[in-house]
Amino acid sequence: MRASRPKVAVAAVAVAALAVSGCAESDRDDSSGDSNNDTLVFGVAGDPKVLDPSFASDGESLRVSRQIFETLVRPEEGGTKVSPGLAESWTPDAAGTTWTFKLRSGVKFHDGTDFDAEAVCVNFNRWYNATGLMQSPDVTAYWQDVMGGFAQNEDEALQESLFKSCTAKDATTVDLAFTRVSSKIPAALMLPSFSIHSPTALEEYDASNVGGTAEDVKYPEYATAHPTGTGPFKFKSWDIANKSLTIERNDDYWGDKAKLKTLIFKTISDENARKQALRSGDIQGYDLVGPADVEPLKSEGFNVLTRPAFNILYLGMNQKGNPKLADLKVRQAIAHAINRQALVDSKLPPGGKVAMNFFPDTVEGWNGDVTTYDYDVDKAKQLLAEAGAADLTLRFHYPTEVTRPYMPNPKDLFELVSADLQAAGITVEPIPLKWSPDYLNATTSGSEHDLHFLGWTGDYGDGYNFIGTFFDRQKDEWGFNNPELFAQFKDADTTADPASRVEKYKGLNKTIMDFLPGVPISHSPPAIVFGKDVTGIKASPLTDERYANAEFKS
Amino acid sequence: MFRFIVRRLLQLIPTLFGLSLLLFIWLRRLPGGPETAILGERGTPEMRAAIRRSMGLDEPILVQYGRFVRRLARLDLGTSSSTKRPVIEEFLERFPGTVELTITALVIAIGVGIPLGYLAARRRGRLLDHFSVGGSLIGICIPIFFLAYVLKAIFSENLGWFPSSGRQDPTLDATRITNFFVLDGLMTREWDAAADALWHLVLPGLALATIPLAIIVRITRASVLEVLNEDFVRTAEAKGLTERTVRGRHVLRNSLLPVVTSIGLLTGGLLSGAVLTETVFAFTGIGAFIYEAINHRDYPVLMGFIMIISVVYVLVNLLVDLSYSLIDPRVRVR
Repeated sequence: MRASRPKVAVAAVAVAALAVSGCAESDRDDSSGDSNNDTLVFGVAGDPKVLDPSFASDGESLRVSRQIFETLVRPEEGGTKVSPGLAESWTPDAAGTTWTFKLRSGVKFHDGTDFDAEAVCVNFNRWYNATGLMQSPDVTAYWQDVMGGFAQNEDEALQESLFKSCTAKDATTVDLAFTRVSSKIPAALMLPSFSIHSPTALEEYDASNVGGTAEDVKYPEYATAHPTGTGPFKFKSWDIANKSLTIERNDDYWGDKAKLKTLIFKTISDENARKQALRSGDIQGYDLVGPADVEPLKSEGFNVLTRPAFNILYLGMNQKGNPKLADLKVRQAIAHAINRQALVDSKLPPGGKVAMNFFPDTVEGWNGDVTTYDYDVDKAKQLLAEAGAADLTLRFHYPTEVTRPYMPNPKDLFELVSADLQAAGITVEPIPLKWSPDYLNATTSGSEHDLHFLGWTGDYGDGYNFIGTFFDRQKDEWGFNNPELFAQFKDADTTADPASRVEKYKGLNKTIMDFLPGVPISHSPPAIVFGKDVTGIKASPLTDERYANAEFKS
Repeated sequence: MFRFIVRRLLQLIPTLFGLSLLLFIWLRRLPGGPETAILGERGTPEMRAAIRRSMGLDEPILVQYGRFVRRLARLDLGTSSSTKRPVIEEFLERFPGTVELTITALVIAIGVGIPLGYLAARRRGRLLDHFSVGGSLIGICIPIFFLAYVLKAIFSENLGWFPSSGRQDPTLDATRITNFFVLDGLMTREWDAAADALWHLVLPGLALATIPLAIIVRITRASVLEVLNEDFVRTAEAKGLTERTVRGRHVLRNSLLPVVTSIGLLTGGLLSGAVLTETVFAFTGIGAFIYEAINHRDYPVLMGFIMIISVVYVLVNLLVDLSYSLIDPRVRVR
């Protein structure tokens, strides 16, 4: 008897599997992307971290918040310009420090309460008056990035707050006062971190009670299970064990209602696995498409959308790491030695561009009239000889195992650029490092590197968010001290008049390209893909795609 | 027997203490910290320092370790620095997935491996023997991630028979009780949810089963061959016992000891295999999560998960040891 048991087991498993296959397959047919329905499953690369955008800085949390919450101002659809959100209009006072926002009326939060000027002030005061763990830089990263500090700073490293006060003048008029003029206002208010929450829900779920201890922050229930905004979708459930988050249509939305009834974000961290899931119909769209997959997916009939490039890849040069790099001629020689056009043509996704400034031309302040450094090996050699650096050896850091939107394939880029440098007579010592933490540590806080690749994807449509992040003060990444440049930045940031600020950004771009702290290389358009029958989504350079507009074509 | 179990469980305490101390020091000696993963390109030395300060990472290692042990004594494993959720919650949500996957793989490996190894030994030198020996060699050599991609490409992308990722179709909106999806489906009578979860287990289970399957076939075959040559088999045959009794009670039973030992060890190995399988199939288990935690220097997750897994590992081996005594009474006498 006993010997035959395994056979029985095998048979049982086979029968069970067959029995199951019938029902499982019929389920899959119902939800496959090819049929006309109102549920869209979208593949994302990582789990959202927290559903209260005040505490979020990762792309996946922000993607979800953007569907549930709304901000006073928001980027125009498919662009970066400031356009109306919960506020219909906004104007600064003569000094440029107090901004008056005229709010939309008839807007309701998902819990049925009214949106008004008071609600706006409750939100700003909540952020401004944050205490304890809410002042931790990894909890309120964007508030600190934009506003600097809080009403009562508990850490001396925090700066004075840019935000000063909020006044509700009547139900639809609110004044936001700032301590000084800043180029960030109003553009930075488009960030999902400045989303307006329902004051009732904030109180009911104790949203500001960030607890735990310093080393283990515990978010309140609001931030994981009850996000309450005014957006076209409402939060439904977050099934962490199955890595899926479900939101559903807000039928009381003030604007055009969502065409989808249900939208599910499903986490699939591996890019190849996302592609296979799309092809097999498990999901009907995904983000962070590999550059090499763009053309194949297009030819298979999938809806591949290319976002306008809102990023920069640059070659950083560390003047502290190698004194030779402090010589402008050497930096110019390196810029001339690199064939950036060849790199864009062969290694970047279709639609990539060679960079002339350290930000893309879709941002105001971009300057077409700056010093350019064309590919010219002879000139590079000549400049090196003039600088007495003909036998230059440089340690070239590049990351492995990473794909960034601005840098799809670091190793390929490294090979191309280092071949160019070697052709100009520079000896390259390759130093490959794992992206996190080794590479990031070495390049952003080390002084051992000479050359490195790094880049940036803009948070909102303002030039300071790009070049200010890189060059507005002394940084270990670049290892130079240029007080004139830093002063010029400060001047631009505190200019109230938008037109003259744009002029100052143009001037900054010129100064930077003359000083040449690094070589801007390229802008790459990241892609997002949807199923063959999904329409209505417009790609956004800020990844602010509006899923409410998505629908299945019949 | 009882004393044996208690002694083994008591041995856990110094083991875990030593392991935690080594792990704690080793993790913090690694270059970089969670602040780098949190900040990305945005990082400046000041921001890095502020985060380290707020996480208490600027204190001496022993002070940090003391805090860890104090929390551990209250069975509090802390909060993940990357997901900001309690480590124990993360574990309870992910571990069932890995267990379901591991059980599926073990069922396949044992259910197919032992009969196949036995038959191969009985038919030594014949076609089935060559097939299973050759096949198991391929099974051991083939990288899991490659096999996983091939399985997905054929059965999911082209034929559409199986889902390509995840543990369950998210549109089913299934009820969660234990986070063992198949079990939850059965408990709540959501039959479609249980079936769907089972269906999601087939391809990753097959991929994960290949190596243990191949090993079990080989060990069973070798062990059966050895036992077949033993005197007691000849004696049993000479006594005139039926062939079925000889094969079942004498040959198979006596060949199983090394197989059971290897299954104990393979279960540990399955966990590391699960890292790749879970990643390829976007399967929510602990394997893929540990891999991410290493990249993010998520100390609380690494410490907590490794501690719990060590306990599980010790318990599995205890079960294996106990099962020896059921299979081979001589162990009990000792």
